[in-house]
Amino acid sequence: MKASILIFALISSLVWSVVGHATEDFIFSERDTLHIRTLAASCAVCHGTLGNAVGENKPMETVSLAGQDPNLIVGRLMDYRAGKRTSTVMHHHAKGLTVDEINLLAQHFAQQKVVKRYPPQSQVLKEGSR
Amino acid sequence: MMNTNRRDFLKTVTAASLMLAQSVAFAMARKPPMGRVVVIGGGYAGTTAAKYLRMWSLGGIEVVVVERASQFVSCPMSNLVLGGVKSIHDLTFGYDLVKKHHGIKWVQDEVTAIDTASKTVKMNRGELTYDRLIVAPGVDFSDDQLPELQSPKVQQLIPHAWKAGWQTVNLRQQLEAMRDGGVFVMSVPKAPYRCPPGPYERACQVASYFKAHKPNSKVIVLDANLEVTSKKGLFMKAWAELYPGMVEYRPDHAVLSVDVTTRTVRTEFDKIKADVLNVIPPQRAGKPAQMADLLEPDYPWCEVDFLTYESKRVPFVHVIGDSVASGLPKSAHVATSQARICASAIVEIMQGGEPDPMPVFANTCYSFVDDKQAMHVANVFRYDAAKKIMVPTEGGGVSAKPSEQEGAYAMSWANNIWSDVLT
Ligand SMILES: Cc1cc2nc3c(=O)[nH]c(=O)nc-3n(C[C@H](O)[C@H](O)[C@H](O)COP(=O)(O)OP(=O)(O)OC[C@H]3O[C@@H](n4cnc5c(N)ncnc54)[C@H](O)[C@@H]3O)c2cc1C
Repeated sequence: MKASILIFALISSLVWSVVGHATEDFIFSERDTLHIRTLAASCAVCHGTLGNAVGENKPMETVSLAGQDPNLIVGRLMDYRAGKRTSTVMHHHAKGLTVDEINLLAQHFAQQKVVKRYPPQSQVLKEGSR
Repeated sequence: MMNTNRRDFLKTVTAASLMLAQSVAFAMARKPPMGRVVVIGGGYAGTTAAKYLRMWSLGGIEVVVVERASQFVSCPMSNLVLGGVKSIHDLTFGYDLVKKHHGIKWVQDEVTAIDTASKTVKMNRGELTYDRLIVAPGVDFSDDQLPELQSPKVQQLIPHAWKAGWQTVNLRQQLEAMRDGGVFVMSVPKAPYRCPPGPYERACQVASYFKAHKPNSKVIVLDANLEVTSKKGLFMKAWAELYPGMVEYRPDHAVLSVDVTTRTVRTEFDKIKADVLNVIPPQRAGKPAQMADLLEPDYPWCEVDFLTYESKRVPFVHVIGDSVASGLPKSAHVATSQARICASAIVEIMQGGEPDPMPVFANTCYSFVDDKQAMHVANVFRYDAAKKIMVPTEGGGVSAKPSEQEGAYAMSWANNIWSDVLT
């Protein structure tokens, strides 16, 4: 277990300098994928399931990450992290991530299919329910 | 026509009490499933866990949710109903899409008992066996404290509105009926409780309504805690600047008793008569967690292993959401993050693998200070292998100030979390 984390750290810090290469450049272990799939899924509350946000990507709406250029995602997150780009909330998230995680998140979202997502339809609350 | 899996399932649950999601469930039922996970509670945590268990097991795990309510009513944004910005119907949704899209089996019933030795969940209308159980019942109100507020009749007069629904509507109607110059008294229980900034957001929403419609009225916040427990500087500033002279905050003022007929509360220091009274009761892990004996003897929350969310007390039983003793804010975002870590771990374990040894997730909580402006608290939490808990990483924090831009992002947050959980 320890060895695999170490290898993961080594590989991804090497890859950091060559972001934009195809994912085949990464040697994912099953465990690294697990780590990123749950971390990426934690972004869903604002950026949608598998990175497809609801809405039209208008200003003042959260953007979709699915299918985005990984360089763009990495660039933005690194800038938020370094305080080079202002944001309302994203600097508070970017600063909590490692460089490896930022790279892997960008790859993860870049690979997701672009799908149109909608919020669920609201309903009339039934009488008698709590 | 009926295959074995489906017949087994039906044996224990009466046909009337369940609605089977079609497509995926039937397609997958041809293969022997990897096992059955029963999820108690279709709130933020439970519904998310059910969806991601189905997604990540590629339909291999049979997932059955048991939820008492027929509709999902969101607590997040429900303070805006008190401010008059939203209607409760804007926050009410059905479960049809998430069931159908992910092949989740669904039982609308109340869990009444759990036998963890025989791995059986009992409901009013039948029972279910599980390979693994996820308990996600949210919070329960501690009835040993403030027993005078427990009956449904009293809650008509003094609603808690801390589970969104008709009590939220009732509280709004009482505010509408109140005379200008009246006093709204609300109380905050000792932490930990559901949604740390929630009570203070509520004070803002009521003040925002008063400012526009009943400018001579007052909001008194009685806090059992020594200070505002979340976004302190921002809330104090919002009260001082947006509602000068209207919001009065009294720290270290636990409610000791309530005279129901006169809506008078007693604290250690004073007696206050309210025109409209909202006591947010002290809280503990939800009833199903109590049934399975998952609470600590001296602490009313559930200790779990943060890699899997398996209970430290009972094997094969996982706890997620507000019921967990985590030191993390009891928020919908944390509830869904815990749900996904738990789902991912269960999928791995059921395939003979191991969970992620270093989970990381985020939390963002928005609070509205008036009808348009919101502010956030946001953090990334990371597993600390030495302490075996989730700890906040450096770099998290709160908004510099509330803004309309963050108000718009807060709505985006709501639409996306609803879409993620319910479709
Ligand atoms: C006023 C207010 C504002 C809030 N605002 C925010 C916010 O802006 N952002 C945020 O992130 N969080 C917010 N929260 C917190 C958020 O609502 C909770 O953290 C979240 O709901 C926790 O999810 P859960 O799944 O643990 O519980 P719940 O969502 O409450 O789900 C529990 C479910 O279990 C079911 N259940 C319980 N017992 C049984 C039983 N015996 N049998 C069958 N079913 C049962 C219940 O019916 C319920 O549907 C707010 C809360 C409140 C009260």
